[in-house]
Amino acid sequence: MTVVAADSAAEALRLLKESRFRLALCDIMMQGLDGFQFLEELNRSGIQLPVVMMTGYSTVENAVRSLAAGAIDYIPKPFTADELLTVVRRALRSSALLDAADSARLERAGSMSFVPCPDNYLKLGCVSWALMEDEGTARVGVSDLFLKAAEGIREFELEEPGEDLVQGIPCAVATSPDGSRHGIMCPMSGKVLEVNADAQSNPSLVEKDPYFKGWLYRILPSDPESNLQWLSL
Amino acid sequence: MLGRNIGFKLTFGVVLTVLVTIGIFAWFNIQSQSRSLLSEVERHASQLSEAVKSDTEYDMLRNDRERIHESIRRIGQQDSIDRIRVFNKTGEIIYSSEETDIGRMVDTQTESCYRCHSAGEPLEHLEMQERTRIFTPGPDSPRLLGIINPIYNAPSCWTADCHAHPETQTVLGVLDVTIPLTEVDRNIRHSQIAAIILAFSVILILSLIVGLMVRWWIDRPVQELLAATRSVAGGNLAYRLTVKRDDELGMLANSFNNMTDKLAQARLQLFQSDKLASLGRLAAGVAHEINNPLTAVLTYSSYLLKRSQGRPETHKDLQVIVSETIRCREIVKNLLDFARQTVPKKRKADINEIVGRAAKVIENQLALGRVQLVMDLDPALPSVTVDANQIQQVFINLMVNAADAIGDDEGHHQGHEPGDQPAARRGSADQDRGVPQAARTGRPQVPDRRQPRHHHALPQAGAKRAHPPRSHVRIERAPVERHAPARGRRGTAVPGVLDLADCRRRALPEVRRSDLCLRSAVERPRAGLPAGGLRLAQLGAGRCQLERRVRGGPCEDDGCGIPKSQIPHLFEPFATTKGPKGTGLGLAVSWGIIDNHNGKISVESEVGVGTTFVVRIPVQA
Repeated sequence: MTVVAADSAAEALRLLKESRFRLALCDIMMQGLDGFQFLEELNRSGIQLPVVMMTGYSTVENAVRSLAAGAIDYIPKPFTADELLTVVRRALRSSALLDAADSARLERAGSMSFVPCPDNYLKLGCVSWALMEDEGTARVGVSDLFLKAAEGIREFELEEPGEDLVQGIPCAVATSPDGSRHGIMCPMSGKVLEVNADAQSNPSLVEKDPYFKGWLYRILPSDPESNLQWLSL
Repeated sequence: MLGRNIGFKLTFGVVLTVLVTIGIFAWFNIQSQSRSLLSEVERHASQLSEAVKSDTEYDMLRNDRERIHESIRRIGQQDSIDRIRVFNKTGEIIYSSEETDIGRMVDTQTESCYRCHSAGEPLEHLEMQERTRIFTPGPDSPRLLGIINPIYNAPSCWTADCHAHPETQTVLGVLDVTIPLTEVDRNIRHSQIAAIILAFSVILILSLIVGLMVRWWIDRPVQELLAATRSVAGGNLAYRLTVKRDDELGMLANSFNNMTDKLAQARLQLFQSDKLASLGRLAAGVAHEINNPLTAVLTYSSYLLKRSQGRPETHKDLQVIVSETIRCREIVKNLLDFARQTVPKKRKADINEIVGRAAKVIENQLALGRVQLVMDLDPALPSVTVDANQIQQVFINLMVNAADAIGDDEGHHQGHEPGDQPAARRGSADQDRGVPQAARTGRPQVPDRRQPRHHHALPQAGAKRAHPPRSHVRIERAPVERHAPARGRRGTAVPGVLDLADCRRRALPEVRRSDLCLRSAVERPRAGLPAGGLRLAQLGAGRCQLERRVRGGPCEDDGCGIPKSQIPHLFEPFATTKGPKGTGLGLAVSWGIIDNHNGKISVESEVGVGTTFVVRIPVQA
């Protein structure tokens, strides 16, 4: 695996046209095109490249906006080498899984690399989901892609009821069998009403059924209106 | 009924005109004929009367009454003479060819005397015409022509021995000759009869000819048009008139066909919209309800699948569960896509780039089916305002359909000849060698529908590794100059209009019949279309054409070309030619997308030849 550095987004785009890359790590604050413009440019020219956004100016909005714009993951500065490696590994696996899903669908092969979110779920990137309930509460969980990219979960560390969650800030930490720790970005801000005890005691339930029985929190959304703009159906 | 028939009216008019013309002509003809006949008879009578006069003159001078009598009687015996009479001044008949007349007094007002005695003082001189008269003595007798010849006083008369006449008398008497007009009348009647016969035969022949012509040129096409109109009004929009004429009615029939086509298209569109709307509501509801349980089934079964690696049998069963669930999900997803009819997020985009991206997406699938993609794209296409993702989906759908249409019999081949140079046997090899292979393949068989498709794909993939396919996916841009003359020929291209032309008609080099062919070019706007379009040509016809050429029989292969009966339903949801393998939603979704772009998608297909889908996208969307 080789790493190539580019001074600017324009330089990166030139490099991308010349050769193939498996992953890009991209700052948000850059001279010339910024990180979001870079993502947009990629999208427009049809280059399929997983991008992990990183920034020192880490606001909640930057995080969710990156994911909404098509970044595969997000990492705030400063980070440790382990943290970066975890994110990069997960991003590489995610993109491999996404590719496999694409080709499986096109070849109409009956296999599936991960189970995508149900249709009516609100998704933050390809990390987590939220489902609005009739009572005005929302259920929050983690996506199958994230779980598969993390290669299984040994343990979930969840917040306590009554805590406030913020969209774009990790609300749970999942530990893989290999010991790496993955922060799960919260899809929606709100107060925790209930924690799924089954998920905490039996992490394989989340793997088995991440969208229904394997939910993580029930929350009372604090600002669903502004949260919704960063979520996709 | 007959009176409402345009042919009858026309024939009647023509015949009436001819009747009047012939009538007038015959009338004048008969008139002049009878005039000339009568004047002939008149001349004859006058000559006769002169002859009688001069014949009897001497006897009269000698006052030899017996001799006069005798000669008048003799002359009067002729058939052509009715009677000859001589009146004296007082109106007494002195001589007559009829003995009984002699001595009778004739009133000055009778037909023979009237001419001169009508005006108080009797006339002494009469013109020729006035001396003759035509009269009918009785109801059953023939017409008679009488001519009077006055016998003037002459010096010899009063100097003669008898001294019968004084010198002062001018007219001594009148010689009256009457001739029957039987002959003349018969002639006239003959002419009349001849004229009538002529008129009737002309009328008969003319009405026959005019009637036939009217029937052939006007009546029949009009009746056909009428029947067509009724049929179309009754809802049969597939009704077509066969036009073999170049006159106005032919043009009318052509434009009628044109109109029905347009109408059928409009109705199809309307029908589609209706169907889409109602089906969309239903589908959205059902799909939503099914979607979540399906996801649950999928997550559990794929979790189990991962855990069942050690037990091959369970693993295999689970694989089936997973793959079938995925299929369900795919159907539901398509249904939702179709039902939702998302408003396109339009941006300026390059159509060729979208096509290229779509081709790239299905690259692997094409390679797997050994379908070669040949692209001939006009680099000068104007950019269009579209939702690139949606349009890409349309192209993917169309290309996958095309590849499936080609791929079916390819897969069949593979299954029957494992290991025996399968790749080389297929496609071009068949065409090169022609008869045996083509005849042996016959109707391409559809893989067993009960099995999912990948069961077929797997051995194929294996074979591919062993024998690299002869054809491969090839994407090439058409050189610019190829379009330059074409554009000149087709007239000035309007910028901003797109067309992917049919490869079949303008054969590209190196395009084989089993190739998928794609072309983009600027299209001249046509009436009734949104400005321009994009043409996507699909060819899956190789073997069929070959068979047809070799065997000369009709091609029964429904793998290439779509039967006419299916075309109206092609864009309907759940209409599929692929059997259970297809969901029947691809074209419906494509239709919805293109419709949302204010474009049009249409299909031209001929069984045994191939299918062309034409996508037209307006430039100012």
